[in-house]
Amino acid sequence: MAFFQAQDISISFGGVQALNRVNFTVNQGEIFSIIGPNGAGKTTIFNCINRFYDLTGGVFLLEGKSISHAKPHDIADLGIARTFQNIELFKNMTVLDNLILGRHRKRRSNIFTEMLFIKPVRLQEIRSREKAEEIIDFLDLEAHRDQLVVNLPYGVQKTVELGRALAMEPTLLLLDEPTSGLNMEESEDLAFWLSDMKEELGITVIMVEHNMRFVKQTTDRVLAIDFGQAIVEGETNEVLTNPDVMRAYLGEENVCNA
Amino acid sequence: MRFLMKTDYYQDIRIFKYRSTFFWYVALIIGCLLLPKVVDEYLVSQFSFICIYAVAAVGLMLLTGFTGQISMGHAAFFAIGSYTSAILTSHGVPFLIALPASGLVAAIVGVIIGRPILHLTGLYLAIATMGAAFIIEEILVRWESLTNGNMGFLVDPPVIFGFNFDTEASFFYLSLLVLALTLLLAKNILRSPTGRAFIAIRDSEIAAEAMGIDLPNFKTQAFAISAFFTGIAGCLYAHKIMFINPESYTIVLSIELLAIVIIGGLGSLHGAVFGSMFFIFLPQLIIISKDYLPTFIQDQTGLQPALFGLLIVLVMLFEPMGIYGKWLKTKFYFEWFPLYKKDSFKREKKYQKAERH
Repeated sequence: MAFFQAQDISISFGGVQALNRVNFTVNQGEIFSIIGPNGAGKTTIFNCINRFYDLTGGVFLLEGKSISHAKPHDIADLGIARTFQNIELFKNMTVLDNLILGRHRKRRSNIFTEMLFIKPVRLQEIRSREKAEEIIDFLDLEAHRDQLVVNLPYGVQKTVELGRALAMEPTLLLLDEPTSGLNMEESEDLAFWLSDMKEELGITVIMVEHNMRFVKQTTDRVLAIDFGQAIVEGETNEVLTNPDVMRAYLGEENVCNA
Repeated sequence: MRFLMKTDYYQDIRIFKYRSTFFWYVALIIGCLLLPKVVDEYLVSQFSFICIYAVAAVGLMLLTGFTGQISMGHAAFFAIGSYTSAILTSHGVPFLIALPASGLVAAIVGVIIGRPILHLTGLYLAIATMGAAFIIEEILVRWESLTNGNMGFLVDPPVIFGFNFDTEASFFYLSLLVLALTLLLAKNILRSPTGRAFIAIRDSEIAAEAMGIDLPNFKTQAFAISAFFTGIAGCLYAHKIMFINPESYTIVLSIELLAIVIIGGLGSLHGAVFGSMFFIFLPQLIIISKDYLPTFIQDQTGLQPALFGLLIVLVMLFEPMGIYGKWLKTKFYFEWFPLYKKDSFKREKKYQKAERH
């Protein structure tokens, strides 16, 4: 059985058909990329998975079960974590606090026990810190541990956002343009982390990405979409060399010259 | 410069970061306990008011400063706290039960009001809470069998286990204790998952939701806990001034509370206390310093409110982070003494904030 599946997903905003009967299948433990020109509907797919938007048709299946009726905050409980295209960190908190926030769904306390800060709450806090520390170690964030996010450079903020998603201990990770705004070196680090995540943590990754080099380097399979329609889905090289994909990205004439 | 060598995760969580901080807080408490011996009764009573307002401000701070939800209706919760305690104690319920009960009733009303309107944001929420407060104010006026309407209500000084808090000093100790407990409870919330969820909602609702934070639920919790503390403050207030009527709880009080948390510095518990001190003390200071001004200024009518207003404007102009911000900067200056740079607190301006996620 496929790990994650989109079946005939459609959504329209007023007269705009943002996604039109898109299908794709993501296998357990693979890195899957969604590519397409600007406005093709890539991020919209993520926002639909997160239930920020309601699908007008079709369904998402996680391990065979539909997630289309969950509340937005329940998506995290299903083990789906994500990052955002324009970093959505909690800016006035430290890096550590941001990571610990990723642990929110693991909390076993409530406001009353927390007010009294009884022992289980204290132990839970310490456990969260241990976990956050593992992620700090994994992503080399030691130097920024206690700094406010707002004071960090863009590339580090991106890493912190990835770390926060990892702190949720997801089984499925959605990365929205993870390399945008990163320099070469940072992108390479990210590629290493991705393969570590895949091999050591067994996380399945879906990402939206424009950097074709990065896609080639990291991704197992690719879905190309344009104008809300799936063009082709398949092995990375196969999709990247597909003439329809080239046409969508580069326009008609350039394909002939390429 | 001071470095903290952390060897244990608990060091991250504890209330007092350094041993010296603990020492200073103990010193502060001892100082407060000695206060009634040093200053006159009138000032002690002003200190009681500072404590009372600070308790309410901590409540509003949790909602506005930490969760990012503006409320212009907190006078209503203050009033509910006052009336609950006044009614309960007049029926012979002990103060020790009436005090938490007034917070509880305020919290329940907070949930009833908050739940349907908390999906509103910013100014829209502010106006909605104001509307809710109007309703409660009107109920207090009209429900005469319970509240005595505009005639008002006489309230006795609090009595705990037979001890009557009818002197200024004893009442000050009582309100100080309540303030200390309030700060402790609020601090505990803020250093645990719920508090972090509040701040997360303030900084990015969309990301908070993606982290699995149930927005309506946590906003309601913030509203309830905020109303709870404000209700407690209202209870103390009723027993302090010993006569309550609906006129004490108008929109002006709501705005005053909001001003306290903004002047004190949004997003800090210190700010709630600093703001209350500013609000209670400054008018007094102006009155005292008036004697030292030239006569032609002294004789101006409306000098005190005008100066007070001017000072608020100045604080907002020169210290947008409030008094707590100034406090942080001063502390930072001494900690880093020769290396202090003026721009250390300057935030980078971001222009590329898109609506897309």
